Amino acid sequence: MYFRFEILFIEGYTLGSSELKYFIRGNLMQFGIFTIGDVTPDPHTGKAPSENQRIKDTVKIAKHAEQAGFEVFATGQHHNPPFVAPGNPPVLLSYLAAQTENLILSTSTTLITTMDPVRLAEDYAYLQHLSDGRMDLAMGRGNTGPVYPWFGKDIRQGIPLAVENYNLLYRLWREAEVDWEGRFRTPLQQFTSTPRPLDDVPPFVWHGSIRSPEIAEQAAYYGDGFFHNNIFWNKEHVVQMVQLYRQRYEYYGHGKAHQAYVALGGQTFMREKSQDAWNEFRPYFDNAPVYGHGPSMEDFTKMTPLTVGSPEQVIERTLEFRQWVGDYQRQMFLIDHAGLPTKDVLEQIDLFGEKVLPALRKEFAKGRPDDVPSAPTHEFLKERQAAGNAPVAGGGVGSKAYEERQKAQEDKAE
Amino acid sequence: MEASFESTDPFTPDTLHIAVVAAGLSDPSSTSLLGKQLADATADALSQRGYRPEMHQFELREVATDIADSLVTSSRSERLDEIIKEVEQADGIIAVSPVFKASYSGLFKSFWDLVDNDALTGVPIQLGATGGSPRHSLVIDTAMRPLFSYLRMRVMPTGVYAATEDWGTAKTDSNSNEAYLSRRIVRAGDDLTDVVTRLDPRPRRAPSQPKELEVIPFEQLLNGPDK
Repeated sequence: MYFRFEILFIEGYTLGSSELKYFIRGNLMQFGIFTIGDVTPDPHTGKAPSENQRIKDTVKIAKHAEQAGFEVFATGQHHNPPFVAPGNPPVLLSYLAAQTENLILSTSTTLITTMDPVRLAEDYAYLQHLSDGRMDLAMGRGNTGPVYPWFGKDIRQGIPLAVENYNLLYRLWREAEVDWEGRFRTPLQQFTSTPRPLDDVPPFVWHGSIRSPEIAEQAAYYGDGFFHNNIFWNKEHVVQMVQLYRQRYEYYGHGKAHQAYVALGGQTFMREKSQDAWNEFRPYFDNAPVYGHGPSMEDFTKMTPLTVGSPEQVIERTLEFRQWVGDYQRQMFLIDHAGLPTKDVLEQIDLFGEKVLPALRKEFAKGRPDDVPSAPTHEFLKERQAAGNAPVAGGGVGSKAYEERQKAQEDKAE
Repeated sequence: MEASFESTDPFTPDTLHIAVVAAGLSDPSSTSLLGKQLADATADALSQRGYRPEMHQFELREVATDIADSLVTSSRSERLDEIIKEVEQADGIIAVSPVFKASYSGLFKSFWDLVDNDALTGVPIQLGATGGSPRHSLVIDTAMRPLFSYLRMRVMPTGVYAATEDWGTAKTDSNSNEAYLSRRIVRAGDDLTDVVTRLDPRPRRAPSQPKELEVIPFEQLLNGPDK
């Protein structure tokens, strides 16, 4: 959005209505980086950074990303070593809100299963105020099994927890007084979550899942976004899950399938020359707990979106994603991975800023239909709500879901 | 959501697809040989009853590293992915393993670990095992059968165990004990055919078409099935 804003003023335009719409709607696509906060030894030295170093460097990386032209920074949530991603992301994100101007602060992901939805409602609304709306969040169920018992939950209830907890969170942000009773937390009587969301507009939510159709369905039901973090998964899973989400988004009447909100992950390592990138990254790849000791880097780059090579190759590969899932709204990159020194990570960010992002913005804009929504911002959500166009959970009048519900009720009555 | 793909191959509706999964470690291997013979016996039985058997024979040794990679990183090579897809949509399965340390081989188990829990519910399977001595013959019933019961498959009542000595004694006289293995194989093929032909052919996807995801409508997830 700020990119557009600058152009408008530098060229001395006054904001016409269509440009104003653009300004409010923001960029067609947002690009961001996300971290899982892993503390991984550098294979060249055998030494891992201290937790303090890694945490401070995370701040440095986020600020650098903003300067390079990324719109989004997202942090994972972790409760076990070797990770220092925060146990509650708003702790880091609030600090970043004070240290940045334009960056949208997000999560990758917030654990909707083991966190109390009341605390999520409170903490993220607080972050929303501090950041002037520069935030959203991605919900996930986590991939570390023992986190469930550590927080007194049952992993076999993963999906039901995600379903019930998010439903409560959704209501807490939209209803001033909530009466609520469920399976997984104590009931609430006339409960008001504070602070209320900024401008009474709840933060945008992405629902993340690799292969649980229930979560794609959940995102579609509420008219929220769907985040497929495809970093370890084959193309087929990505395509299927996004397709399902898009179909159901249309079924619930929030728009056409191609208008649903999609975010993807990806991971890269670049050098100007492809061969340099391969040589330099290989020892990191081979030794990192998340990559190494399995498929070769050659195979891994074929099977997953990991792209090691020149900026041109990263551009080319990323543009392919559009052919998989259609025009989408957000592309996140994992680049502080595998124990790379912070200096190298910052260089990666510079390469993105100089070469990759401008090219991606230009190419992704080509042929993108006008009716595909831009990446969501607080300003956009505010306008959408004021215009009475906020999605109706489960499908409002005119949606296929609504029709089917009506018909089912009539059939029952007869 | 309704499954949108066509049932079976529209051009050859009488085709039945049998996947043969052999976990032999060497080449040539007696495990693969047993797999092939079980496949031939099944194909013959299907043909005799007027079906068109299509046999898909897979040697796990060829994808052993792909299987290991997939276990530790949850990424799947194309070749392995194709095998798993074919197995998951087969009308019948023949699974054969060598006996190692009182059970099936680790490679055999690792492969089945990658198959979806619900993908093979109700699918008929014929079991076979090979070993150095006839004393391991109960491995089919004590080790293999529970694995496929877990997958809720229709496991044929009698598997075929081939000890090394069985391979050296095949003769043409089908009534003599010496041809016992061949007779057991024929019977196993008949058994599998009996069950496979009694069931509806399973839906098949076009090669480019990914497996359909099943959706539980969200109201049901939120409120339970009865509301």
